[in-house]
Amino acid sequence: MEEIITLDYGSGGKKTARLIEQRIVPALSNPALNALTDGAILGDLVFSTDSFVVDPIFFPGGDIGKLAVCGTVNDLAVCGAVPQYLSCALIIEEGLPMAELTRVIASMKAACEMAGVQIVTGDTKVVERGRGDKLYINTAGIGKLKYPGLSPQTIRAGDAVLCSGTVGDHGTAVMLARSGMMQTELQSDCAPLHRLCEAILNAGARVRVLRDPTRGGVATTLNEFVEGTALGIELDEGAIPVRPAVKAACAMLGLEPLYCANEGKLLAVVAPEDAERVLAAMRALPGGENAAQIGVVTADAPGRVLMKTALGGRRVLQKLAGAQLPRIC
Amino acid sequence: MKPSAEQLLSEIRSLPVGQARLMEVCGTHTMAIAEAGIRSLLPENVRLLSGPGCPVCVTPAELIDAVLALAMEKNVILASYGDMIRVPGSTPGDSLQRRRALGADVRVCYSPMDALDIARANPAKEVVFLGVGFETTAPGTAAAVLSAAARGLKNFSVWSMLKTVEPALRALMGMEGFNVQGFLCPGHVATILGEEGFRFLPEEYGMPAVIGGFEPEDILLAVCKLLRQIAGGAPKVENEYIRAVRPEGNPLARAAIARCFAPRTDLWRGLGEIPQSGLGLREEYAAFDAEKKFSVTVSGPAQTPCRCGEVITGRMDPPGCPLFGRRCTPEDPVGPCMVSSEGACAAWYKYQTL
Repeated sequence: MEEIITLDYGSGGKKTARLIEQRIVPALSNPALNALTDGAILGDLVFSTDSFVVDPIFFPGGDIGKLAVCGTVNDLAVCGAVPQYLSCALIIEEGLPMAELTRVIASMKAACEMAGVQIVTGDTKVVERGRGDKLYINTAGIGKLKYPGLSPQTIRAGDAVLCSGTVGDHGTAVMLARSGMMQTELQSDCAPLHRLCEAILNAGARVRVLRDPTRGGVATTLNEFVEGTALGIELDEGAIPVRPAVKAACAMLGLEPLYCANEGKLLAVVAPEDAERVLAAMRALPGGENAAQIGVVTADAPGRVLMKTALGGRRVLQKLAGAQLPRIC
Repeated sequence: MKPSAEQLLSEIRSLPVGQARLMEVCGTHTMAIAEAGIRSLLPENVRLLSGPGCPVCVTPAELIDAVLALAMEKNVILASYGDMIRVPGSTPGDSLQRRRALGADVRVCYSPMDALDIARANPAKEVVFLGVGFETTAPGTAAAVLSAAARGLKNFSVWSMLKTVEPALRALMGMEGFNVQGFLCPGHVATILGEEGFRFLPEEYGMPAVIGGFEPEDILLAVCKLLRQIAGGAPKVENEYIRAVRPEGNPLARAAIARCFAPRTDLWRGLGEIPQSGLGLREEYAAFDAEKKFSVTVSGPAQTPCRCGEVITGRMDPPGCPLFGRRCTPEDPVGPCMVSSEGACAAWYKYQTL
């Protein structure tokens, strides 16, 4: 049977990793790429890119334009860079109402202002109806590296694992908007993270690594921190902030908050004695009010992420295998 | 007041039951047990086994093959619950997801009514809904058929793979080497069947039966009640899920099922052919029966290396299968139990207890 690309390869989980590690990186290999960080570290510059294909293009709490700016800004910020300039490429399907495009561009402008970046170059293409889905956006960005040395390799046993707020908001809000099933207050958390990153990195704490858990969710990102290493992470189920509406919607849709995408949250691993200081810095900022310590780094479970359940049981938390699918009952 | 998890666990550990093997027959239970790490909390003498409770898992590979063939027919839109999308037929990797990538029009639905909407929006296409599930999903499927009939919708049909729980449990208990001392009965199915639907377990088979909810504490309570019955030697049906399950169940939903479907012999993965265990569309709704509308052919038993059949009959724990976690993983599943969100192998793999 001929090997073909299925949607699973785009889920951000194991299959995506396999695609990148087996088919792409070996062919294009160079030191900056091979590090497989959110952005390439090029001396004192960080360079990153991301494409956005979200359906629907407008969803509660944001739209594809805001997402495209925040996504790249956040990839730069979690690398320890100050985001500066972005490029923007639009692939537009014929038939898109001009008013919708105008709304998206206005939203990009507002997001750029919020993030303190400028879009300085771009490209537009229009494809025939049916050859795209309304609008795809690619952004790339560069930022100045201000806080070098952030890396999962610096994580040590005993470190604290922090999360800047509630988990799963974006993925759940988009799924609900897509299914058209339910009206809730639930909004995407889509937001730039540069201020939160600055605050954390300026708190005088020993910060090991920052990451924004987008596709694949918190579970996948934490697995990436420790896989192949001598360290593991133990999470405390009761400490992970999840909105009741997200829990309820996920239960109904057959999804899991820990595997749902976030677009305005970050995970931080910091030295244990600095945890409170970093949490306080996050909580002082909008978007960080619900910051919490969700787990610890442990030498007891090399390469794995464990969950201590509310009942007191323990189980493994895997990376996302493929796209999350809604289930029968 | 409800006993705490601690109190329940302490009683579970102290009840004099010897070796107790308890079977859950609902995929949602399977998943909830794994997710809460319940196995890691139980004493060694109490084992939880997964029964044929995951609707996707009990669907045999040859039927999936036939579905894949239908998906490739021009003019057909196949509408399905998400669970079915990644389930392979007899060739590992060949699934509706792959067929969609090859050009088949496959849509994921949350309800049969969504499929009806797709049919209305695409009058030039034939929309086939894959009716998979047990008594829980059968009433919704019936409602979609009745609604299509009332509207005179011509381009909508259902491929019924619906199954009923009781004949499967009877077949299971009749199997050689069946070794289970109590059933954790499916809370969702029980909302339709009521307590009545499970009386045959204690009355005809002397088998303890507890209808349980899906929160971790619900499951512990059900386990505890099953062990009490085993220790006390007086099997009966107990309903622990009273907030959702009435003694008589839901007669209206059962009437909708009966109006639309008639029992027929059906094929189960792991259990083989079981008389009266499937729900086929009644003759008066033949116009909405995809099996009649399209000449679907299900060929003989498919050869598959997968041992899901043994897993869903409690004869093997998932790690006992030589494919588990090696050739068969959630990203490259060989059998349905590894791919369905309710499958026993998926639950074991995803939430391996330590």
